[in-house]
Amino acid sequence: MIDLSVSLPGLELKNPIIPASGCFGFGREFAELYDLNLLGGIAIKSATPEDRFGNPTPRIAETPAGMLNAIGLQNHGVDYIMDHELPWLAQFDTPILANVAASTEEGYVEVIRKLNASPVIKAYELNISCPNVKHGGAALGTNPELAARVTRMACEAAEKPVYVKLSPNVTDIAAIAKAVEAAGADGLVLINTLLGMRIDLRTGKPVLANQTGGLSGPAIRPVAVRMVWQCAQAVNIPIIGVGGIERAEDVLEFLYAGASAVEVGARNFADPYACPKIISALPDVLTKYGLTSVREATGRSFRK
Amino acid sequence: MRTAAAVIVSNEMIARDIYRMVLKTDLGQEVTCGQFVQVAVPGYFLRRPISVHRAYEDKLSLIYRIAGDGTRTMSTLKAGETVDLFGPLGSGFPLLDEDVTLIGGGVGVPPLVETAFRYIQAGYRVTAVLGFSDKDVLICRDELEELGCQVVIATMDGSAGYQGTVLDAIEQADVPVKTVLACGPLPMLKAVAARYDGYISLEERMACGIGACMGCVIRTPDGDSRRICKDGPVFRIGEVEL
Repeated sequence: MIDLSVSLPGLELKNPIIPASGCFGFGREFAELYDLNLLGGIAIKSATPEDRFGNPTPRIAETPAGMLNAIGLQNHGVDYIMDHELPWLAQFDTPILANVAASTEEGYVEVIRKLNASPVIKAYELNISCPNVKHGGAALGTNPELAARVTRMACEAAEKPVYVKLSPNVTDIAAIAKAVEAAGADGLVLINTLLGMRIDLRTGKPVLANQTGGLSGPAIRPVAVRMVWQCAQAVNIPIIGVGGIERAEDVLEFLYAGASAVEVGARNFADPYACPKIISALPDVLTKYGLTSVREATGRSFRK
Repeated sequence: MRTAAAVIVSNEMIARDIYRMVLKTDLGQEVTCGQFVQVAVPGYFLRRPISVHRAYEDKLSLIYRIAGDGTRTMSTLKAGETVDLFGPLGSGFPLLDEDVTLIGGGVGVPPLVETAFRYIQAGYRVTAVLGFSDKDVLICRDELEELGCQVVIATMDGSAGYQGTVLDAIEQADVPVKTVLACGPLPMLKAVAARYDGYISLEERMACGIGACMGCVIRTPDGDSRRICKDGPVFRIGEVEL
């Protein structure tokens, strides 16, 4: 019997597969395709203090082995999410990770204080790494001092564990990881998208209306694996790995790198059944490599 | 809405850079006119959203233009090969209780063919005004005529039908227009929406195709937004800001 379960701060996961924030909305569309109870957890679309339209279109561009997006955190704001999305999510027996974003430090605190009241939310994912907004986002997540400060404020406001989602667009990811750990983070999620760009040869102009966007998909997987591996050896808090996961084998690679669980992002767009397929394939992959649980795989690449 | 492996029955060029792919699948039974499917093209990360040209019991017909590397690769796929489809997706055109005028531009014309078929089958009269850049990219005229539509053609260079836009052709041919169902390039849709009432079908770069990623949104006059893939691609004229 293969044990897929993972126990993390605030998150009792029946398996390590969590659809990534921004790639799954609030689950409604995917609930038309499969039973969301199959999932280890769900990282819901970012909640911001106010309603946000986001960036102009085009917001999407395909790339070799991946895609660029510049959505710009479109959502109806935390109050709407509290009233309309969370009550609907309450029907599922799968823990919800609330991604929190804002343009100021106070904004993060405001969203967290409101979400504290929802029993549906089991933990927060502090989004200090969105590359597609002018304020907040990656501006905070690429500087250890600023990252630590907003993490400390978030942890003080939060009545649930706080996972900090880090940006890969930095020189020393481990320094940021250590800074947010010291500031009180209960866990890390890494990585967010890599800043990228495409130019239309016919017009000579960027394809995305926002000019630049976040690169995701299998193209970024080796970067993500490397960063999880670096951070796992630098901190003592659990890591949720994310970046280009397509198959159960990729999950195992992230576990070996030091992740305790994973998020699946852009693959949900290419194959809407990606998460349940990975979950059903995972036991056989673990067996193939002589494992009987997810837990024993975590960190194998560097553990003595 | 589901994924389905479909065997290619044929995949042939029907006009300059425009191909028709016929697929063996029972997805067609679930399709309403104006909906689209997402086609997984081997070697490309995202699926290609392609509107349904015709839906049959055991087949789907898609017409697409080579717009980039992905659709170019799609055009090289051979009969007998299998592709993965996801669909049907989106809202589709409503089946109104009246005669309609279809207005199509370029590769916006194909979804209007299934639409014409359904209106004619229900006993309504359908006029189709189709605009193209030139005669070499003129598609779907013969089959719309065979279905029983009155077809009016416009080409920008005058190489077929009336010279000018679809609106020029409507004026010159004195086509009576009440309710329009339109699909085509944005400038055409803007011009149509400024003059008539009815429904338009939009396109945009999209990722998920089901309304989850917020990649293809468009604003509404009241400051809200709609997802082209899920709430559209067909919208009532005036519902969204063009």
